[in-house]
Amino acid sequence: MADETTTAAAPEAVESPEPANEEPQKPIDPDFEPEIIVFGCHYCAYAAADLAGSMRLQYPTNIRMIKLPCTGKLEIIHLLKALEAGADGVYAAGCLEGECHYLKGNLWARKRVEYTKKLLEEMGMEPERVEMFNMSSADGPLFAQRANEFTERIKRLGPSPVKQAKKAPAAKEGTPA
Amino acid sequence: MITAERKPFEEILELLEGKEKVLVAGCETCVAVCLTGGEKEAEILAAELSIKAKEDGRTLDVDHISAIRQCEWEYLDAIAEKVEQYPVVVSMACGIGIQSMAERFPEKLVLPAVNTNMLGMPQEHAVWIERCGACGDCVLGVTGGICPIVRCSKSLLNGPCGGSHDGLCEVTGPNKEEIPCAWQLIHDKLIAQGRQDLLLKVTPPKDWSRSNSGGPRTMVKEEAKPV
Repeated sequence: MADETTTAAAPEAVESPEPANEEPQKPIDPDFEPEIIVFGCHYCAYAAADLAGSMRLQYPTNIRMIKLPCTGKLEIIHLLKALEAGADGVYAAGCLEGECHYLKGNLWARKRVEYTKKLLEEMGMEPERVEMFNMSSADGPLFAQRANEFTERIKRLGPSPVKQAKKAPAAKEGTPA
Repeated sequence: MITAERKPFEEILELLEGKEKVLVAGCETCVAVCLTGGEKEAEILAAELSIKAKEDGRTLDVDHISAIRQCEWEYLDAIAEKVEQYPVVVSMACGIGIQSMAERFPEKLVLPAVNTNMLGMPQEHAVWIERCGACGDCVLGVTGGICPIVRCSKSLLNGPCGGSHDGLCEVTGPNKEEIPCAWQLIHDKLIAQGRQDLLLKVTPPKDWSRSNSGGPRTMVKEEAKPV
């Protein structure tokens, strides 16, 4: 199941898409449990999640999965609404590239995720809070690995600035006009 | 269609500085087709503004709506109830729609979220190219259906000029893209049509007073006016 570039690796050690140039490490709050929304496609990611469950693989309970018929259904606004509502991170999980059940849905999703990263930069939010992953329906271990990696990434980034503002509303603001 | 590009987020934020109640208004016609200012894009901008305000710990009441056409009174009437609830409207329509909105709701602060850029067509999905300059004096009948006003960098009526090389203009586009020489295209097309005699005719200067250099234009159709 390991891809060609990591022939000797176990499925759990598939090449990581984690960004290498991490910002200076912020201290990780041990009590911070991120809320993460996953948009998973029916044919691959959701099946992979099922398989991970059947295999009794452990992955963080931080993720909440929303099933889509295909990640091609994913719109930019879905990612933004999740963040606006206070999610600390959001990712889409689709079929392997070239193996989408609907041919190109996962490629559209990747473009939308990449565009959303740009929007987050505009807004001054870390673009790493959104991501696109690909996996096959047989990739139960990879599903768990991606969930672990992404949860770790968000823990490093800390709570969403939206959530922090919610907890501590600015006192200086008056009532809306 | 009329095409537009969204303004940088930073610029929109500057326009909205200090505002606490904002409606983002999309338009479902040209700017929706060019994927800049339809309902989808209005909702995205509203979500962006909301997230940014939350990040900054500011209070912002933001919502979105979309008119079928912001450039017509009837369709502005259809969204009036919602617009009335907001002192500030960020319009994602073209410049016509933004002005119509400002005129229809004079007490509102109407701000632009897009830059209207051209009259163009989608050459392929997600790529638009300029095709008309709305010059008010169309020459397409003698140029093989290729507009020298917007497709020739010099808007020549008698081309090509010396800057045409291998079918390309010496000028490149704003993104460094090659521009086909409009007059080479016209030349090839007229020859293919057996109308090369047109190339020997000298076209006199156009009546530019019918373009926007003569001040804002008005068009009246008496026969269609309500009785």
